[in-house]
Amino acid sequence: MTGIVRRLRRRPPRYSAAALVWRGMRGDHWPRIWRDTELKRSYDAVVIGGGVHGLATAYYLARNHGITDVAVLDKAYLGSGASGRNTAIVRANYLTPEGVAFYDRSLQLYNSMALDLNINVMMSERGHLTLAHSDSSLRTMHWRAEVNKLQGVNSSVIGPDEISEIAPSLDTSSHPRYPILGALHHPPGGIVRHDAVVWGYARAADHMGVELHQKTEVLDIVCEGGEGSNGKGAGGRVVGVRTNRGDISTPIVVNCTAGWAGLISAMAGVRLPITTHPLQAAVTEPVKVFLPTVVVSGSLHVYISQTDRGELVFGAAVDPVATYSIRGSLEFTEELAGHVLELMPSVSRMRLLRQWAGLCDMTPDYSPVMGFTPVDGFLVDVGWGTYGFKAAPVSGEQMAEAVATGRTPELISPFALSRFDTGELVGEKGAASVGH
Amino acid sequence: MLLVPCPNCGPRNWSDLRYGGESHARPDPATATPLQWRGYLYLRDNPAGWLRENWYCRSGCRRWFTVERNTATNEFRDPPMPGDKRGAKA
Repeated sequence: MTGIVRRLRRRPPRYSAAALVWRGMRGDHWPRIWRDTELKRSYDAVVIGGGVHGLATAYYLARNHGITDVAVLDKAYLGSGASGRNTAIVRANYLTPEGVAFYDRSLQLYNSMALDLNINVMMSERGHLTLAHSDSSLRTMHWRAEVNKLQGVNSSVIGPDEISEIAPSLDTSSHPRYPILGALHHPPGGIVRHDAVVWGYARAADHMGVELHQKTEVLDIVCEGGEGSNGKGAGGRVVGVRTNRGDISTPIVVNCTAGWAGLISAMAGVRLPITTHPLQAAVTEPVKVFLPTVVVSGSLHVYISQTDRGELVFGAAVDPVATYSIRGSLEFTEELAGHVLELMPSVSRMRLLRQWAGLCDMTPDYSPVMGFTPVDGFLVDVGWGTYGFKAAPVSGEQMAEAVATGRTPELISPFALSRFDTGELVGEKGAASVGH
Repeated sequence: MLLVPCPNCGPRNWSDLRYGGESHARPDPATATPLQWRGYLYLRDNPAGWLRENWYCRSGCRRWFTVERNTATNEFRDPPMPGDKRGAKA
């Protein structure tokens, strides 16, 4: 009996309108949404990277498979990397059948996320337009629409008249250098508040007993039996992790980092087909709502959405040079502004509030690298390029299944690291960073 | 902004050049195993530090050259001199 009472007391308060009123009236403080715990000496599994992917993996390990002796390690704070820097777009209108099935499952999980995690993630299913400026890109849009329809994903190609009905601010005349000839319309696409997703997964995972350790940097991964130095590399197995807060022994390490994926994998002696590129984004001052949908142009390398606060969020393609530096550049701002004005001449007087960059791990085929590696117990969920946020829930779910069952789930088997040995690449030309 | 030291044209803005990625010795196609070949094609060191990489001076001398850059700070070191054949791409 006392056990139940203690468990009830330990439960974090549910978020609801009633709770808001009740706590507001009584002047109660909201408790911190996850615990601060001591780092233990041993865990059943360690997840490196406290972003949406790492937290989702830990959450689904606990919820779907009952594995709660898990630590999530992050060298900074939760959501400090790409999880808090992306442009928060979700969609499933990809080109490859593998990609469509995968991102469609992710969209389903995003749609039920607010209920599952009891947190308002501000999911806004506002539709998604991918503009075509040439005959060839229009052809790709038709191709994508057909692949989508075949898999039950709602996508269709629409013409300039329908585009201006949906988004009147777009210049659909024949005057621009790159006129808008049509678009792939994807009604289930939209935007989600990315910070809330991080906090939601963190809170739910913590609630089920997962430990979240911030400011805990992984210095090395301890392996034995491998063919490389110190027992690392193919044929070896993971025995522990060395961090700046002490050593941990664990049979399972899941690498859920972005930007540093190659460096973490090198600690286990695994080489990845990844180069790290920054992607710059920017946001304007807030104005009244005028853009009811997400607009993407692959040819002009820009995507635009308006937040609920009224700011326009712009993202671009990745910088063409591999670097870990996330400094902004004037070229980016100039090019971005030019492209946005080409699409929406009416926003020419708007001012940029700020710009930032995040690190993207690019793979040669614009598909992620997920699942097992030649090192036993070392799993990767990396190479997320420009599409990591929209894939976070399904990646967490599938990676948790891989860890719990020891087998690669069917949904992620096309994305295995071994595809680069066999040459079976998954060319995802529906990725935002690919020009059409 | 990144100033890339081209051996023939001097420092040029990186948007004048094409980035050629990491510089690795190509295995002999006649003797390489498929695994070695695919490793050369796809696998990267991707260090956060000094990296030997290839650049193509697209709107200048139209030549490839190899230079070392620190990927964490974007500084270049040991820029090649004109006529320098070190690591030049065949």
